[in-house]
Amino acid sequence: MTALTKAPSEIAPAAGAPASAALIGQPIPRLEDAAILTGQARYTDDLPVKPGTLHAAILRSPHAHAEILGIDVQAACAMKGVSAVVTGEDAKRFAAPFLVGVRAQMEHWCLAVDRVRYAGEPVAVVLADDRYLAEDALDRIEVRYRPLPVVMSIDQALSGDGEPLHPAVGSNIVNTRPFSYGDVNAALKAAEHRISATVHYPRNSCTPMECFVVMADYDRADGAYEVLSNFSGPFAIHPVMAKALKVPGSKLRLKLPPNSGGSFGNKQAVFPYIVIMGVCARVAGRPVKWVEDRLEHLMAATSATARRTDLEAAVSGDGRILGLRMEQTDDVGAYLRAPEPASLYRNHGNLTGAYRIPALDVVNRLAVTNKTPTGLNRGFGGGQLYFAIERLMHRIAVTLGLDPLDVIRRNLVPAAEMPYTTASGGILDSGDFQAAVEAAIADGGLDDLKTRRDRARAEGRLYGIGYAAIVEPSISNMGYITTVLTADERRKAGPKNGAQASATVSVDPTGGVTVTVASAPQGQGHRTVLSQVVADVFGLRLGDIAVNTEFDTAKDAWSIAAGNYSSRFAGAVAGTAHIAATRLRDKLAKLAASQLNVTPEDIRFAGGRVFAAGNPDNSLSFSRVAAAGHWSPGTLPDGTEAALRETAFWTPPPLKAPTESDVINSSACYGFVFDICAVEIDPVTAQVRIDKYVTMHDAGRILNPLMVEGQILGAFAHAVGTALYEEYAYGSDGRFLSGTFADYLVPTACEVPVPLMLHRESPSPFTPLGAKGVGEGNSMSTPVCIANAVADALGLEISTLPLTPARIAALIEKPEVAKPAGMAAVPSKAPATAGGRGLRGEGSRTVPASPEQVWAILLDPKELAALLPGCDALDLAGPNAYRAEVVVGIGPVRARYVAEVELTDLDPPRALTLSGRGSSALGFGEGSGHVTLEAAADGTRVVYRYDAAVGGKVAAVGGRMLDSATRMLIGQFFDRLIARAGGPAAVETSPSLLTRLLRLLGLRP
Amino acid sequence: MPSLNAQAKHPVSITLNGRTRMGHASPRMLLSDFLRHELGAHGTKVGCEHGVCGACTIRLDEVAARACLTLAVQADGHRVDTVEGLAPEGRMTALQDAFNRHHALQCGFCTAGILMSLSDYLERVPKPTETELRDMLSGHLCRCTGYAGIVRAVMDVTGQTSGNADAEDASGRKEPVHV
Repeated sequence: MTALTKAPSEIAPAAGAPASAALIGQPIPRLEDAAILTGQARYTDDLPVKPGTLHAAILRSPHAHAEILGIDVQAACAMKGVSAVVTGEDAKRFAAPFLVGVRAQMEHWCLAVDRVRYAGEPVAVVLADDRYLAEDALDRIEVRYRPLPVVMSIDQALSGDGEPLHPAVGSNIVNTRPFSYGDVNAALKAAEHRISATVHYPRNSCTPMECFVVMADYDRADGAYEVLSNFSGPFAIHPVMAKALKVPGSKLRLKLPPNSGGSFGNKQAVFPYIVIMGVCARVAGRPVKWVEDRLEHLMAATSATARRTDLEAAVSGDGRILGLRMEQTDDVGAYLRAPEPASLYRNHGNLTGAYRIPALDVVNRLAVTNKTPTGLNRGFGGGQLYFAIERLMHRIAVTLGLDPLDVIRRNLVPAAEMPYTTASGGILDSGDFQAAVEAAIADGGLDDLKTRRDRARAEGRLYGIGYAAIVEPSISNMGYITTVLTADERRKAGPKNGAQASATVSVDPTGGVTVTVASAPQGQGHRTVLSQVVADVFGLRLGDIAVNTEFDTAKDAWSIAAGNYSSRFAGAVAGTAHIAATRLRDKLAKLAASQLNVTPEDIRFAGGRVFAAGNPDNSLSFSRVAAAGHWSPGTLPDGTEAALRETAFWTPPPLKAPTESDVINSSACYGFVFDICAVEIDPVTAQVRIDKYVTMHDAGRILNPLMVEGQILGAFAHAVGTALYEEYAYGSDGRFLSGTFADYLVPTACEVPVPLMLHRESPSPFTPLGAKGVGEGNSMSTPVCIANAVADALGLEISTLPLTPARIAALIEKPEVAKPAGMAAVPSKAPATAGGRGLRGEGSRTVPASPEQVWAILLDPKELAALLPGCDALDLAGPNAYRAEVVVGIGPVRARYVAEVELTDLDPPRALTLSGRGSSALGFGEGSGHVTLEAAADGTRVVYRYDAAVGGKVAAVGGRMLDSATRMLIGQFFDRLIARAGGPAAVETSPSLLTRLLRLLGLRP
Repeated sequence: MPSLNAQAKHPVSITLNGRTRMGHASPRMLLSDFLRHELGAHGTKVGCEHGVCGACTIRLDEVAARACLTLAVQADGHRVDTVEGLAPEGRMTALQDAFNRHHALQCGFCTAGILMSLSDYLERVPKPTETELRDMLSGHLCRCTGYAGIVRAVMDVTGQTSGNADAEDASGRKEPVHV
């Protein structure tokens, strides 16, 4: 065991690895940094566009569920600079619905056809000369919707209540798959204890700092699409896109940029937009470019699945699990979008985690809800799985009065049984889990933590310690997803398995080495690690290797497993580059052997020279040998191909298709992670503070310790967010509520401590270099480890995340004391109805005029228009009914609402109801206010009561400001009324909150 | 402030990293868009366009500012410094170099903004404590690094160590502060 920051570790070379590795294993700082640090690195949005490129802006549904009754694009099309507006009608003409991973009648079009099923679903695209003009035109598209009831939770979908999202399926549970491995019933009957748990994992997302970018062009002559995008793979999605565009894969040329601003899986979800922009380019006959903005990303890009897990374990008296029954239901959002239901099946081989659990029954269900479709997200399915399993382990310990560590120890797979095959078919490839746990306890200072806990508790403070032990799968088996199909369905579809990686290494006439791989780096250090691997093979320096990280489906070697996901770089991609380089080295050895008069087996490569093993002076420079391969291919031994370019494809040997009995090894490797977390909870603020965090990893052979620790630190930071802050929040009506980084709380430098990182290295027998993935482990282990620590601190069950102060407070605080008498009432939140954010309030103002005068003002359209904030004019639409354009600004957004205003319940001059509804590109709003006029000594007392609902973008970004903004708008209305009626002029003595905010944001002078 | 025709493009001249650069912008054009798309200075990144993430931070008259919350026309006649100007003639500054040694960046999308904030901040606070530094960094979001390498790099370059740094490995990294 070593802490890499203290001493370089002993590295046992894996089978096939070079014995004299000089660079592999070294903490070499990254080669890609200089370009980034000096602002020279090029990301997708930095790359040149073709002349005449149109810029796209997307109109998105403000409703979570609604029928589309009609779309009027005429006004938008007529605007200056607008070339085209593309809708679902164009999608029907030029595209097909996306392929769905299960047998169910669900159509998912790239642009909504007939119905929208989540807030933020793309409805139309404006193509204009620049982005500003395109966004202007969004305001002018009029979409008529008929809202439908929404399904907002897994439990609601399970209950069978509610409108089916996909009527042809008939249920919002679109797939149910039972699995049985061993006799769980017998285990439950025989067991001393049956211990169960139900947990809910929330929706969240890793939110890379760079949003999606797509540049698309269509070649009419060839009928071919060319797209540049920051897509991350898996390239199994490429056929999905090609089929949606109704072309063979060869006619969808997809290029990836040299740099990508993070993905964590999320960039997989750019694929529907690649199809949308392909259709747009075809409709417009010009290249198009789209850059997603942050609101779009948070609201509608992708999300981890929310999951409900029900567990029941057969447990022996000493805490060993003899059988486990689990039911998992994933909320996949409005559509089952490729590669879902992968979240639910990615861990199928390791459902029992790091434990020896002989019998397992599983029921997997897929629920559709009126939320954004889900997809890849760091830890993919693992955070959900281990939140359930490791909460159960903690619960077993508490229930049986055991030390949680002993429960973990007794259930861990013993080292002697490696490689160990789990009940569901995973092959845990290497590791000594017990030794790793004991080392973490000793080197992580657990005894000190326990002393601190005792001391804290003696002082009455809330302090707890939690643990989590998991296996971290890497290099996904492309066949695992077919486990969702029955064996019969699989037979018809043909076997699916493997995880092919590809790499190309070439040597140019000057001896320069170029490496390309079918991956899409997003900051993991591909250039550095591949340079290390390949330089070692050729005996060259790092700087002699050029790694090209761009990618082009029309020119590079790739297959469906290509891409940067499932932590496959170190194990699969770097290993495949090693294979290609070694093949090329062997070819160069033949070239050199004929010139040095020795056998190829005696040729060695080191220090830029190629020489005979027994006589280093008998040598050539590497570049000389390289030149010979290009300039004198005739000198090669017979049968040797001259080309100094090798492409290798490699697939992990243990990855087979699911068997008849649904046994599947879902990943090639399984690393081990054991975490210890100590927390203290502030009893007043209910804040959780991580006092110490220890994380022990065994990710096989370490190729670059700097990169490994970078991955651990990054996953840990994501996990702190998952555990304590982050949740994609929705209103009960489907409104999206976390549309900015002020609402979706990502941890900052103040919230993320530095964990103590410990390492062991048990090389994988299955990868070329013995390396395993390491970038997702803490996304899986840390959320539940923190939750276990909080549960220990509070002595309470924790069954959901994130553990925000509000959630903790609800667990620990006594009911609030009643408000002191005489305190002003705060407007209460109305229950949200008709698909909006509920606002409710009441108040009164005195206007210096008689009730009759006030009445006359309110009933005069010109007067009323002047009173309504943001209203230029009211057009008469019927008796006491008007149509108006109203500009309303909330927080950072302003919207032009086309509104219908109506006066009803007229009781002159005593009472009336003013109601209105409107919609805009930013969403919809509706409300009504009941107004009574009472004669008073100094004029008329106007008493009002209102109910309003707001949905769409305004609700998503300005949710926190809606109440105050509403009160302010009403205030403005009365200020104007009072001024109109002859009272003190409604001069703003100080800028309003809204004005100040707009000024702050640079939107108002 | 002069009144500008909202529908027209206006000439905007700034001193970008020491050189005069001219372009045109409509009054509503963001400085971030002007730098990136009008002047081709792509080093400045855009991460949220609502002022929270800090990726677009530049220095306006030497003060760190969000380019996404500044209008291009507001910068007319002013000095703007961006990440491209930090390393004249390609020689990285001590801070940039420390970022590399301490693995303070991965995808690098937030890095330009953090460097620009630090270049302003460290002139004013040459030796921040770790708490002060983290407080300042909380104006930036990084999703890759957990901020550990960034803190280490700054503590190193300001001649401080972040905590109990008696160990130093082959890459010259200091021991991080463990909680």
